[in-house]
Formats: sequence, C-alpha cells, structure tokens
Amino acid sequence: MEAVTSKRITVTVNSEEIEYDVEARRLLVHFLRDDLDLTGTHVGCDTGNCGACTVLYNGVPAKSCMLLAIQSDGASIETVESLARDGELTPLQQSFSDHHALQCGYCTPGMLMSATALLRSNPAPSEDEIRKAIQGNICRCTGYVNIVEAVKAASRQGVS
Amino acid sequence: MLLRDVEYARPKTVEEAIRLLSGNEGARPLAGGQTLVNVMKARAASPDVLVDLQDLDDLRGVRDLGNGSVEIGAMTTCAQLVADEAAGARSILGEVAATIADAQVRNRGTIGGNVCSNDPTNHFPPLLVALNATFTIVGAAGERTVPADEFFLGVYMTAAGPGELLTTITIPQGGQDGFAAVTIGRDGTAIVSAAASLNGGARIAIGCVDAVPVRARGMEERIGSDFSDGNVRAAVEGLGGTLDPPSDVHASADYRRHLAEVLAVRAVAAARERR
Repeated sequence: MEAVTSKRITVTVNSEEIEYDVEARRLLVHFLRDDLDLTGTHVGCDTGNCGACTVLYNGVPAKSCMLLAIQSDGASIETVESLARDGELTPLQQSFSDHHALQCGYCTPGMLMSATALLRSNPAPSEDEIRKAIQGNICRCTGYVNIVEAVKAASRQGVS
Repeated sequence: MLLRDVEYARPKTVEEAIRLLSGNEGARPLAGGQTLVNVMKARAASPDVLVDLQDLDDLRGVRDLGNGSVEIGAMTTCAQLVADEAAGARSILGEVAATIADAQVRNRGTIGGNVCSNDPTNHFPPLLVALNATFTIVGAAGERTVPADEFFLGVYMTAAGPGELLTTITIPQGGQDGFAAVTIGRDGTAIVSAAASLNGGARIAIGCVDAVPVRARGMEERIGSDFSDGNVRAAVEGLGGTLDPPSDVHASADYRRHLAEVLAVRAVAAARERR
C-alpha cells in the first residue's frame, strides 16, 4: 500500500450512495457543502468548538470540520437535509419552530443533528441528558432554554 | 480551512501501519483526528503523510483482565470507554472520559490520541500516571512496554516516537481511583487536574502544571497507607511549593499551585469514597 494525495471514495450520504474523487486534504464539511451542495451543514468556527458542522457519522454525531472526506470512504453520513421529507418537518424540527428554539439559525442544523441522535438512542431524555447531548453545539442567540424545551417537547411526541 | 497538501493511507494491519510510518519521514498516525486535524488547520503541525488507523480493529476495545486490571486498545474512543462493560471494571476511565469536551468529540476522540498528543491540559495523561498504566509501543524493531512515569516526555512528546505506534494501554490491578479538575466551563479544558489511585499506598499525579504530569511523591510518602481526611490534608502541605506551573490568562502560577493542593486532596477523597 502506498500513500495517495487523492482517492475515489464511496460514501452514503442521506441514504444515497455517492462516488467522488476527493483530495486527501479536503475536510468532510467542504466535501458536503462545496462538492455535494449540501449547504445545510454550516461552518461556524472551523476549530472544532462550535458544532455547527455536526453530522451523523455512522449514526453518531461528529463534527465534520474535524474529519477528512477521504476518511469517510465506506461511511454513512446523515446531514440536516435528511430530516424533512417532501417539505414536511420532523417532529423535532417542528418543535424547534413551535418553541422559538432558533433566532439566527446558524447553529440549528448542528443542534438538530445532535438532538436527533439523542432522541434515537434515548427517546425520553432528562433535561440534564438533553443539555449534555447539545454541549458541543454553541448558540449565541437563544440562551439554550428554548432549545432544551423544544427537544423535551419533541421527546414527548416521539421523534422518529 | 484548506489544509496543506498531504498524503493519506489507510492500512488494514498494524504491520502495514508501521511500514508506512517508519518508511515515510513526516508520517503521522491519524486516530480520531480531534486534535490532529485542528493543529493541521492551524499549521502547527504539517505531516506529510497521514496513516489512518480506523481499520485496525485489533486496537479497539477494552478487555477486563480481572481485579480491576484492564487492557485498552489505543483506538478505543472516549464514548466506548463510557459505554463499555469491560471498561466498567475500572470505572474511573469512563467517568473521566465522559467529561472530555462534548458528545461529538467523545464519539471520535481516542484514548491513544489523547495520550500521544500529550497536551498538558489533557485528562488521560495524569490519570494514567496515577493508575500506573503501561504503554505498549510497536515499531519496526518490535514491541516494547513503557511505564507511565516514563511515557510522557514533553509537550506533545511521548515515548512513542516517529515510526512507532501506541497499540495498547494496560492498567494493573487496583485500586480505588479518583479524579478532580478545575476546568474552563463545564467539561472544558482543565486549568489544573489531579488524579489519585489508592492501592496499599497512594499514587497521585497533577496535570496542567508542567509539560508532563507531575507525581506528588512527597505527598504520597507523607500519606503512606493512612488515607484519612486529616492525614491527607496534612500530607498535601508543601505540594504547591514543589511545582513550577505556568501563568496564563486563566490562572497565575500561584493560583495553579493552590489548585494543585486543593485538587490533590479532592482526588484522594474521591478515590477513598469509591466502593
């Protein structure tokens, strides 16, 4: 085996299998946004702190600014675009709207992906568990209270 | 952020990984990437070749060896340490892992990456020194084991050198363990941390006060095998004066000396109260 500077990867993004030539230095978030035009995944800090770039990577939340696209060969990725189907919001997304859980919206895709993963693995989380789950997602507008309320309310309805 | 041009390989075996690492000057292992990718963005590190360890399944997981002894694969993530039943045989591992950064980072970040990056603020270096862990390192010349007291060499430097790979961390039988830290925000970067393990005597290590974890040897000797609160509080006297911590925007050197004493007592108390 020799090291390469680029490679054709096969990756499942939002249930669709995609083959793509990527450079080794390309971050996953740029692959999603610039190559696949999935601009719902945001670049916030680009230092691994803010969580705006959170996607589900093989089913669990990960920050796509701290992954290389080339690492994802064979992986399954879910972005915020996978949530609403035919314009119909998921209960979690509807709950964010109902509870005013966003203002500028920049952190929202990451918040939704972290909370979606939480509710899949823990359908009835406590407030502490919700706060711990979104700890890696920074919001500068809401003060978090309404986000926690939205996740709590969605958990009462079942999110899947 | 556009990274500097880099080459990439994803070996299937440890042997292949060693060949790639030792055959390319400037090659670096890529574990979870939660430190390395960021320092590459900042151009603080510019590896020429990344050797992605994700397919090395032998390096993942925890084995319960009995009586609190556990063997941890270097590619075991923090999230696995929190959830893994075998890791529960030494519950401090999961408890500390659960306080590292956030869910996303814990899902990717590995214990091997945490110790090999050896940022002085990292959690696992002082903990593994207190637990008297041994580190198995594989290189082209074969395999060797290094005790925790000799593994951490400097900031971002460990006994696992260029061309080598940390494969396994082994915790010996023990012991009641405790950890305490003052952090920047909840589960944030540590300002000072302390870890203790009680097993006949006490082993105590302080983090964030030097380039590597510092054993509180004087305190350990003064504690002897009397873990009572009164004796521990008496034994910590003078610990701060033996330390030469840095001053920065978060804490002065004097405040870090103070915290080291407070946290060493808390770590021993947490260990003592563990069942």
